[in-house]
Formats: sequence, structure tokens, C-alpha cells
Amino acid sequence: MKYIHYIFSKVFSILPVIFGVTIVSFFLIHLIPGDPVRIMLHGRATDEVVKQIYQELGWDKPILSQYFDFLFNSIRGDFGKSYIQKALVSDLIFERMAPSVFLLIYSAVLSILISLPLSYISSIKVNSYTDHLIRSVGLIGFAMPPFWIGILLILLFGLYFNIFPVGGYGIGFFEHLYFLFLPSLTIALFLSPMLTQSLRASILDNLSSDYVEVAKSKGLSNKRIIFTHVLKNSLIPVITILAVNLSWLISGAVIIEYVFSIPGLGSLLIRAISYRDYPVIQGLCILFSAMVVIVNLLADLCYMFINPRVLK
Amino acid sequence: MKLEMINIIKDEYKNFNTNLKIGIIIFFIILLIGLFAPFLTQYDPLYQDYNSLLLPPSFNHWFGTDNYGRDIFTRVIYATRLDLQIGFYTTYVPLIYGVMIGAYSGYFGGSIDTIMMRLTDTAMAFPFLILIIFILSILGPGIQNIYIAVFLVAWTMYARLIRAEMLVEKNKDYIVAAQVLGFGTNRIIFKHAMPNIITSCIIFSMFDFVLNILLVSGLSFLGLGVQPPIPEWGAMVAEGRDFILNAWWISTLPGFFILLTGFALCLIGDGLSERFGKRNQYTVSV
Repeated sequence: MKYIHYIFSKVFSILPVIFGVTIVSFFLIHLIPGDPVRIMLHGRATDEVVKQIYQELGWDKPILSQYFDFLFNSIRGDFGKSYIQKALVSDLIFERMAPSVFLLIYSAVLSILISLPLSYISSIKVNSYTDHLIRSVGLIGFAMPPFWIGILLILLFGLYFNIFPVGGYGIGFFEHLYFLFLPSLTIALFLSPMLTQSLRASILDNLSSDYVEVAKSKGLSNKRIIFTHVLKNSLIPVITILAVNLSWLISGAVIIEYVFSIPGLGSLLIRAISYRDYPVIQGLCILFSAMVVIVNLLADLCYMFINPRVLK
Repeated sequence: MKLEMINIIKDEYKNFNTNLKIGIIIFFIILLIGLFAPFLTQYDPLYQDYNSLLLPPSFNHWFGTDNYGRDIFTRVIYATRLDLQIGFYTTYVPLIYGVMIGAYSGYFGGSIDTIMMRLTDTAMAFPFLILIIFILSILGPGIQNIYIAVFLVAWTMYARLIRAEMLVEKNKDYIVAAQVLGFGTNRIIFKHAMPNIITSCIIFSMFDFVLNILLVSGLSFLGLGVQPPIPEWGAMVAEGRDFILNAWWISTLPGFFILLTGFALCLIGDGLSERFGKRNQYTVSV
């Protein structure tokens, strides 16, 4: 019963957020100075065509009924039609979804692989030279612009050593892994300082808790304490930390997809912006924020099963 | 009075840790470079010299020249002015009203608080860059519109941060004492509570400064920010992308200045958090 109550309270708490997201994405489009349809068609359309598009988009109706149409259509996954690419927005998004999701998961895995060992070393040897070194390198990694890391990696591994492709997506799972290695590494280098820092803090919290004292007084070795006791408990926050950082991950992925010319959602967004393809931009905004909200919800729910103490 | 201030600063300086000192020194050097840009170089950042196209780094052109024959070192140090200015405004203007909104809504609670938190929830549900890109796609590219977009969104993080601190602080004895003495709300919030809760915001603002410089250079890289031919670090990296095969210096060297500035600010933030005994945080996730 407690579980059901918790799940419902979490789900209800995201409803106003989803509502707010749709309000923002809907009304911002209407703040465009001038006639959005004419801007979208770059002023090349006749009056009849413009009128027809207004009717198709439903933009000749009162604004509130437009909003509710928009809301129900977006819930059904229908974000309207792109007049520049002459296709349904949902189709455009759907066919470019796979590379982006692959990239996001790949870079999340890579950044965990980078930050787990680093955070362990720096929290075990806290305030030693190794710890300071890892933290300073982390600060440098945090200060590096992701697009610049991408260009450096392209120069080094793509053009100088010539071992990785500098763009594209490839065919088949293993080719995806190979083609997306450099972009994922770029995002991972940007993200892992944040992860390392949060993980280090959470491990240090665990190391100063009572059960570690008990284990120490039992006479367990440091190694044993860390690998059998602390490791399990401090892995739990990784889920929440990743979920919280998902919006940074997406922001990074958009730029990186552009740098490496991966046919994903980010490059769709950037092309849509240069053509002022408003329905596509709107759809992508809703999709990305829904992704952030839902992943955070799932992380909360996962956390509930791992650590039932949150129910109290 | 003046002497007292100097003594306070002297005492404070003795308590600075290494990170803080190194960070402040690097940042000060970058500031000076930006300030004295015309004295450090003999070239003009916008002058196109068609006799020296795509020259590699040499004694005459420290960072080489780009495809229009402009000296890249000159452009980079002139860009320092613009980038630091944009970074400063996009960080500290939202900080001011973000802190005020957060402090009031944390102190009063109730329905104002709920509405404010739903607003910040909504703003934080969007990935930051995506929302800024969305607003820019409506307003059009340019520095002014970046300011508008960031001012609309960025206050939410400070409001979140200061509200969480305020919720803890408002139940402490000294605030209750001030209330009992009948002080006005503004006096309690800004004179009593604020000095104790503002530190975490100041520490975060250092990392936010870095993130904002990265944001602006990223937007310029995508062509949505500062428009050519005005020199800006991210835009310069983007300009060099087409020539990466035969002129690596165009896009790689400006990036080092972003890195150096960001590193200095991160060191200051890290040092400050150590100085105030707070845990530093790169992102807000309350």
C-alpha cells in the first residue's frame, strides 16, 4: 500500500511539470514577432497557401482551443507537420531517435566507467596528492567546452592516428559502437567530472557512517570494507546522479551530434532552427523535457525499490 | 574605516588556500589581458590581410592566421572582453533576482512558494541548452537575445538553492529572536539570514560562470550567438572547423582560452567552498 501511495504521489507531482512544459512550448511559438507561417516559409508563399496552412495548423481558432488541441495531440504523440521537410514531425523524430538514444546510453556508460574508479581512488586516499590530482583534472575537464574536446579528438584520433571515423553512425550494433566511440567519449569527458565529484562525496558520506565503524571494529581490512560494504551502498546514488545530470547529457549530445554529424535528434534540432521549422523545434522540446521528467521519475521509483527507507 | 577594510582583506588573504590563490591569479591575468588587449598586439581583430592567409603559428603571428588573414591571437584576446562580459552578466544578473525570489518564497512558504517551485520545476525540466535554443529560435540569434533568454531561465537555479537554505535557516534561534524583537521582514531576510545563506550561491555562481561561458561559446559555435566578424571564442572554434585538415590552429588555440578561464573560475569556486566549509556543487539538484 505504501508503495502504491508513493508511486501515485510521485506521478502526480510530475503532472503540473508536464502541463507547464506544454504551456511553455505552445505559447513561446506564439510570441514570434511577425507572422510565424510567413517566416517559416521564408516569405515565398502566396496568401492562399498561408491561409491554407493556418487552417491545417488550426491557428485560425481561438488560442485556448488551439492549446487544448495541441495538448491532446502531443499526448497522442502527434506534433503536427513540418512544412519545410514535408513530413510528419513524429515520423521525423522517430526515424532519428535511435542514434541519439544510443549515444546517450553509450556516453552514460562510458562516463560511469571513467568516474567510478576515479572517485574510488580519490575517496579512499582522501586529501592525498592523488586525490588533489584527480580533482584538478576534473576541474579542467569541467571547464573544457564539449565541442572543442570533440574537435581535438577528431584531430588526434580521426585525422592524425586515423583509427576512428570522424562522423556518421554506421550499420549494425558493433559498427555503431565503433562509430559513436569518439562522440560518446567527448560527452563522457564533459560529464564524468560532475559524476566523479558527486560519487566521491557519496562514498565519503558512506565511509563516515556507523556501519563502517562497526566493520572496522570487527577488524575487517580496508579493502574488504570498501568492496563488500561501501561499494554496494554508494552505487545506489549513481542512478539518481545520472538522472539529475540527464539534462546536461542531452545538452552536450545536441552539440556533439552537430560536431560529429550524427543523424540524430540534435542535428535535426539544429537544422530545424536554421530553417525556422517551428513544429519540429516544438516537438523536440517537448520530447527532450518529457525524457528528463520521465527518467527522473523512473530513477525515483528505482530508488524506492533499492532503498525502501524513502517510503517512511 | 579604510584602514580597517584593508586589515580585514589582509586577514582574509592569509586564510586563502592554494586553489583560491592560483585561481584568482590566473583570472586576474586573463582580466588584464582583456583590458590591455590593444597594447599586447599590433594587429586589428577585424583587419583582413590577404597576403597572410592561413599562416601557421610563428613569431609574427603567435597563434597563426585564419582564412581571412586575421591574426588569431589578436582576435582571441579581444574576445576575452566580450566573453567575460557576457559570462558576468548572464551569471550575476539572474543571481540577484533569483536570490530575492528564493529567499522570499522560502521565508513565507504557502501558495507563493508552491507556485514558484512549480515554475522552477518547469524551467528545470527542459535541458538548459535546449530551452535557450528554443527561445533563441524565436527571438533570433544575437547577444541581446542570449541575455533575454538566459535572464528568463537562469534565475530558477539560484531560487532553488537559496530557498532550500532558507527553509533550514528560518527555524533557527536567531531568526526567531529577530521576529520576536519585531524587526521587519525585509530586515530579517536581507540583514540577518542572507549573510548566512548567500555563500552557497556565491560558490555555485563560480561554476555557473564557467557553464555560462561554455553556453555562450557553444551557442556561438552553433551560429546562434555572437555573429561574425565579431571575435568570440566559440565562434572562432566554429570558423576553424572547415579548415581543420590544413590549419589546425584556427579552432584549437582559442579553445585553450576558454579552458584557462573556466579552470581559473573552477579553482576559485573550489577554494571558496573549502574556505567556507561547504560542499561544492557543479549543478543544482535540490
